[in-house]
Amino acid sequence: MSLVSIRDVRKSFGPNEVLKGVSLEIAKGDVVAIIGRSGSGKSTLLRCINGLETYQSGAIVADGIEVGGASTNLRELRRHVGMVFQQFNLFPHLTAAENVMLAPTVVNKVSKAEARTTAAEVLAKVGLSEKMDAYPSELSGGQQQRVAIARSLAMRPKVLLCDEITSALDPELVNEVLRVVEQLAREGMTLILVTHEMRFARDVGTKLVFMHHGKVHEEGVPKEVFAAPRTPELQQFVGQVG
Amino acid sequence: MSYKLQFTELLPYWNVLLYGLLFTIVLTVVSTAAGIAVGTASAAARTFGPLWLGRIVAVYVELIRNTPFIVQLFFIFFGLPALGLKLSESTAAFLAMVINLGAYSTEIIRAGIEAVPKGHIEAGLSLAMSKWEVLRHIVLNQAFRKIYPALSSQIIIVMLGSAVVSQISAEDLTYAANFVASRNFRNFEVYLLVALAYLLLALLTRSLLRALGRVIFKAR
Ligand SMILES: Nc1ncnc2c1ncn2[C@@H]1O[C@H](COP(=O)(O)OP(=O)(O)O)[C@@H](O)[C@H]1O
Ligand SMILES: [Mg+2]
Repeated sequence: MSLVSIRDVRKSFGPNEVLKGVSLEIAKGDVVAIIGRSGSGKSTLLRCINGLETYQSGAIVADGIEVGGASTNLRELRRHVGMVFQQFNLFPHLTAAENVMLAPTVVNKVSKAEARTTAAEVLAKVGLSEKMDAYPSELSGGQQQRVAIARSLAMRPKVLLCDEITSALDPELVNEVLRVVEQLAREGMTLILVTHEMRFARDVGTKLVFMHHGKVHEEGVPKEVFAAPRTPELQQFVGQVG
Repeated sequence: MSYKLQFTELLPYWNVLLYGLLFTIVLTVVSTAAGIAVGTASAAARTFGPLWLGRIVAVYVELIRNTPFIVQLFFIFFGLPALGLKLSESTAAFLAMVINLGAYSTEIIRAGIEAVPKGHIEAGLSLAMSKWEVLRHIVLNQAFRKIYPALSSQIIIVMLGSAVVSQISAEDLTYAANFVASRNFRNFEVYLLVALAYLLLALLTRSLLRALGRVIFKAR
């Protein structure tokens, strides 16, 4: 059974149809890499999965919760579906540990002490044990993004959505973040990643999705798809981004 | 042009003046606290609340910001009794001050809320926090940090503007000055002294607020 099931989803912003019938089945433990040109609807698709955007037709079911209806329990959904953004979005008035502790204490009502133990654990996982009490402004971009990942992990999500999480980083900081994601993939975390890192998509992904003009234009096993793209659009895209 | 300053003639009235000074201070402190509470709730309603509530808040803010404070005060004190709402001088003064600062601080705080990056709000929502939890734990802290200087200035403006409540005989510092001057006719000395008192009060408030800001927002 799919952990995330997306069926014929259509989404418009005003007259502009951005998702034109997208369907995807994502199983537990899948590492889905979504690639495609800017404006092809990748972010919008991710944001529909955790209810940051609504859609007009079709259906999304994530971890058994139907997303998108007026009665959707967004709180319950988002406890199981985490999201990491391109722009880190750490809360600047809180330390790394406090950033990580906020949702567990506020949403899950765990004690400060317990939340701090969890924070220590997830920050260790992303290699930032030493930075627990640092403020975001004292961290590099790569470190900030790793804190953002830890912050999501603290809620013990079943799926993690990552929207171009290395695109805002200086090139030399990209790898430290990708290593963390790779580690998560190895541990069996279900990941849906929008990425421009083609090597990473090929080496770590279990499934590749190429989006084009609001549709899944091609999908398959990353190594196979990269080795022999079937459509001219993907051939061209792969040729361009190298 | 030979006027002899006679400050000693104020001495018999020291308790009147002191009472007025204390009244002004209490009036400022209480209406600042309540006014900012009103402003925060109104700003939250405008940015995070339902549309109809935002509309009501907008009307309130525009009404207050586009009419003179003294007219608001007179309306509350002299006008409302027509509806059966008879308030004491002090209550009317406090109420008018809270309503006035509430409206101005709504706009200031709203600007602060709107300056918080949308991504922070989405990050909070994605962590399963509700809109109100996001507002409380993520947005307001950042907003207040940003607008603290503007809000401090507004508090001082309101403190100085509170002199107007003497017009309904609320017994503030200016009322005390009027009272003393009408008794001993030492207008020059009285108003000079009271002007200095306001000046000191303003400077003191400014540095207190600055120190308070450093304590509250020390982290970053
Ligand atoms: N909030 C929005 N309002 C209007 N149009 C939007 C909004 N978000 C995205 N779009 C449009 O939807 C299309 C797809 O955007 P997006 O999903 O961000 O693409 P991608 O992530 O693949 O670059 C673009 O044309 C973009 O301009
Ligand atoms: Mg995007």
